[in-house]
Amino acid sequence: MNELTKLTAKDFATDQEVRWCPGCGDYAVLKAVQRTMPELGVRPENVVFVSGIGCSSRFPYYMETYGFHTIHGRAPTFATGIKLANPDLDVWIITGDGDALSIGGNHTMHVLRRNLDCQILLFNNEIYGLTKGQYSPTSRVGTRSPSTPFGSVDRPASPSAFALGSGARFVARGIDVHKNLPDVLKAAHAHKGAAFVEIYQNCIVYNDDVFAPFTAKENAGNQLWLKAGEPMLFAGGTKGLALNAEHLSLRIVEVEGGDWQAAGVLVHEPPNRSIAHMLVEMPLGGGWPTALGVLYEDPAPTFETAVVRQNAEASAGKTPDLQALVSKGQSWMVAKEPHAI
Amino acid sequence: MATATHLLTPEEAEADVRPEAVVVRFAGDSGDGMQLTGGQFTLSTALAGNDLATFPDFPAEIRAPQGTTFGVSAFQINFGSTAIDTAGDAPDVLVAMNPAALKVNVGDLKPGGLIIADEGEFGARNLAKAGYEGNPLEDGSLARWRLIALNISQLTLDTVKPFGLGNKEALRCKNMWTLGLALWMFDRDRAPLVEWLRTKFAKAPELAEANIAALNAGHAYGETAEIGGQLHQHHLEPAPAAPGLYRTVTGAEAISLGLVAGAQLAGLPMFFGGYPITPASAILHHLSRLKEYGVTTFQAEDEIAAIGSAIGASYAGSLGVTSSSGPGIALKMEAMGLAIMAELPLVIVNSQRGGPSTGLPTKTEQSDLYQAVYGRNGDAPMPVIAARSPADAFDCAIEACRIAVQYMTPVMLLTDGYIANAAEPWKVPDMAQYQPFPVEFYDEQPSEEATFSPYRRDGKLARVWVKPGTPGLTHRIGGIEKNFATGHIDYAPANHQKMSDTRAAKVLGVADSLPEQDVCLGGEGGKLAVVGWGSTFGPIHQAVRRARSRGEDVAHIHLRHIWPLPKNLGSLLRSYERIIVPEMNTGQLKTLLRDQYLVDARPVTKTSGQPFKIAEIEAAIEEALG
Repeated sequence: MNELTKLTAKDFATDQEVRWCPGCGDYAVLKAVQRTMPELGVRPENVVFVSGIGCSSRFPYYMETYGFHTIHGRAPTFATGIKLANPDLDVWIITGDGDALSIGGNHTMHVLRRNLDCQILLFNNEIYGLTKGQYSPTSRVGTRSPSTPFGSVDRPASPSAFALGSGARFVARGIDVHKNLPDVLKAAHAHKGAAFVEIYQNCIVYNDDVFAPFTAKENAGNQLWLKAGEPMLFAGGTKGLALNAEHLSLRIVEVEGGDWQAAGVLVHEPPNRSIAHMLVEMPLGGGWPTALGVLYEDPAPTFETAVVRQNAEASAGKTPDLQALVSKGQSWMVAKEPHAI
Repeated sequence: MATATHLLTPEEAEADVRPEAVVVRFAGDSGDGMQLTGGQFTLSTALAGNDLATFPDFPAEIRAPQGTTFGVSAFQINFGSTAIDTAGDAPDVLVAMNPAALKVNVGDLKPGGLIIADEGEFGARNLAKAGYEGNPLEDGSLARWRLIALNISQLTLDTVKPFGLGNKEALRCKNMWTLGLALWMFDRDRAPLVEWLRTKFAKAPELAEANIAALNAGHAYGETAEIGGQLHQHHLEPAPAAPGLYRTVTGAEAISLGLVAGAQLAGLPMFFGGYPITPASAILHHLSRLKEYGVTTFQAEDEIAAIGSAIGASYAGSLGVTSSSGPGIALKMEAMGLAIMAELPLVIVNSQRGGPSTGLPTKTEQSDLYQAVYGRNGDAPMPVIAARSPADAFDCAIEACRIAVQYMTPVMLLTDGYIANAAEPWKVPDMAQYQPFPVEFYDEQPSEEATFSPYRRDGKLARVWVKPGTPGLTHRIGGIEKNFATGHIDYAPANHQKMSDTRAAKVLGVADSLPEQDVCLGGEGGKLAVVGWGSTFGPIHQAVRRARSRGEDVAHIHLRHIWPLPKNLGSLLRSYERIIVPEMNTGQLKTLLRDQYLVDARPVTKTSGQPFKIAEIEAAIEEALG
C-alpha cells in the first residue's frame, strides 16, 4: 500500500468471520472503529490493538492491523511495554467491565495515572458475557444472574468515575449504536495521552436493554451530549444542568423558550475536573440525564515521552562500551603465570 | 580488655600457624553496618589477591528491634591463597558487636576459634535482650574459644570525639574501627578504604574524617599489640589465578551485566520490567543506571504488569526481561504461558528464596525448580538455566538471551538469594570472545497467492519475529490456540495436538545447541556420581575433591541446563553405580532425573535457608559409598 492510496473501512477489516452473538452491540462498535480509522490518517501497520479476555477482547482478530489478544485484565501492561519499546505505534486497548474493573482494575488505574499515550475503549455491558452471564463489577444492585440468583448485593463501580479518580486526562462516553461514536473515537485519538472511552454496549443475550432508560429511542431525551463551549442541555433543549453553588452539586433546571442563560445552565468546559466529577456521578434515572461525549479533557505530559526523554538525557555524552562496563569497579591485575595448587 | 579463662594450652594460644584459608564472620545488629563492613573487607581481600567467597546473611526486617537475636545481621567471608569455592563451613574468627550477635553465631565457630567482642555493648540490658542470664564474656562459658573482649564502643567514641559528632553518629563509626582491626590482622592496605570513605561521605567531610580516624585507630590498636599474645597478624599469599584483570562481582551485578551483554550480542534494545522483591530488586537497581546501553527499565505496579510489559516490549521488537523471586514468579506464570503460546522471546530471572509463600525472604533455597520446569497451566514447555556462582551468572544470562531470541521462547534463569548477594572475584571477560547472535526481524512481503502467517518456522521450529510497524505483515497473535499453517484461531483437535507437539519439540530442540554434559571432577563411570545444580556447586565440588583425595571413586556432575537436559546426560548418569543429588529443597532435581532417565537418583536435601556445608556433603558421600 503506498501513501497515496485512500484507505477505507474495508482496509481495516480482516477476512475472519466475526463470532459475536447476532445482535451484539460489539458489531456496531467494530463498524464504528473500522469506519473511523481511515479518517485518522494512520497506516494499518502502525496500529496495534491490544485486548484482554472477554467478548470484547476478540476485537483485535477483526482489525486488519497488528493485534495482541493477551490475558484477562492485563492488556494495559502489554500496551505499556509496546508503547515504551516503540512510541511511534498507535496503541488501542480493548477491554470490558469485568476485564478492566475487576481482574484488571489495578492496571487500568496505573495506565491512566501514568498517562500512557493510548486509546482505551471499555465496552461496558454490566455483565460477564463470555462466561455465560454472571453479574459484573458494573452490574446494578439486585442483578439476577447465575451466580446471584437472589440478586447482587454489592454496589457497582462507575467506569468513568474510576477513570477520573485514577487521574485520567481524557474521559469520554459513547453508545455502541449511536451515530456520534466515531466523533468520540476521533476525539480520543486526537488526545495525546491515555484517552478513556466508556462505551455503553448492549449484551443482547444476558443483559438486554439494560441501558434502555437512555438509549431507547423514546428515552433519547435522557442523553446529554457534551460539546466544548456549549450549554449542557438535554430533553430537546428543554432541560439543562446548572450548578447548585451552595451544595456544590448539579441540579436540573427547566429551560423556557431556549433561554438557557436565564436558567443558569452550565457551559461545558472539558478541562474542568470538578464538574467532570459531578457529571460522571449523576445517577441513572430520577430525571437525571446520562452525560455523553467528551466529559473531561486536560492534556498532560505522557509517560512514554518522559521515559524516552530521561533515557536520552541519561545517555547523553556516554558511549556504550561493553568491555569498559564489565571492567568497572575496583579491579586488580594478576600479572604472573598461574602456579599449581 | 578481658580474657576468659580457657581450656587451650598456652602453646595453642601462642602458635602462629600460617593458614591457607581463613573464614571470618562479622556479626552485629542490623543497624551496625555489618554488610557494609563485610563488603569493604571483601574488596580489600580481593585487592590483596586472595581468592574468596562470601555469604551475607541478614534478617528480613530492615531495622529489627535493636539488640534482639532476630535482628542479627552477619557477613561471612572465606579467603585464602588457594582456590575458594564456598563461604566456608565454620568461621575461624567471629566478630560480635553485641550479645545477640554472639549468641546467634558462636555455636558455628571452630573450636579454638577467635572471638572479638565489643564488651561496651555487653551491658545488662543488651544481655537480657539476647536472653543471657550472665555475661558470657566473664562467666567462662566461652572457654572452648579464644576471646578478646574490647570496649570497641568506647574506643571509637574516644577516637572520633574531635570531630564533634553526636553520640549516635559517633557510635556508627565503630564498624570502621572494627574493620581497621581486621585489616591489621590480615596485613591489608588501608588506602583504598580511605579513598572509598572520602567518596562515600563527599557531602559530609566530617563524617568521612571521623570514619577514617576510626579505621586508623582500629588498625593502630592491632599494631601496637596491646592485645598481647591473643592476636596475631596473618599474611595470606595471593591465590593462584590466571593472569588478567579481576574485579569482585555479586550475582545481581553479573546477571545485570550479562543481560546487557546478551541484548547487545543479539543487537536488540533491552526492556526490563520489574517489581520490587527481595532478593531480586538489585537487578532492577543495576539496570536502571545503564540506559546508554539501550536499556529501558520500568518499575511496574505489580509482578504481572512487570512481565506483561516485558512481553509487550518483546512483541514490539525489544528483548523483554523480567525478574523476581518465588512468590512473584508464581504471579507471572499465566503471562509466561502467553509468551509460550505467542512464541515471543523473554528472559525471566528467578532469584530463589526460601518458600512456600512469603517463606524466608532473605534466605537462600533452590525450591523453585518444579515451578520453573513444571509450572504453568497446560503443557507449557520452557527452557530453564541455573547459575552456579555470582561470576557464572554472567555467562548464564547471555545464554538465556541467546536461547530466547534464537528459539522465540521465554527462558527462565534460576539463581538464588545466595548467588544474588554473595561476591566473588571475577576475571573480567574479553567481550571480543563472545559470538554475537544478531536477530533478523522478518519483513518479507507476502506474495499474491500466499498470505503471511506469523507461525512460519525455521529449521529449529522457531517462528518468525515481525515487529509491529512492518508494512504488509499485519497479523494477530494471542493466547488462544492458533492454526499451525495460517495463524488464525483454531480449536480443531488435530491442530491442538500438532501445536502442542511443536511447542514441546521446539524446546527439546534447544538441546541441539547445547554442549554435551561434562564431568567437572572425576571421570565418566564409577561408583558414585554427585549431581548438583545452582549454588550448591561450591560445597559439592570441595566435598568431592576431598573424597577423591582420600581415594574414593566419586565424580561431580554439575548441570547448568535444567530444561532441556543435555542430550548425553542419561547415558552419562547410567555409567555410575550410584547417584546422589544434593540440593537445597526436598528433592526436585532428583525427581526430574528419575522421571527422565529412570535412574535411582537419591536425594540429599537441606531446607534450612542456609547453604550446604562441605562436611554435610562429605557425610552424604560416605553414606552413599557405604
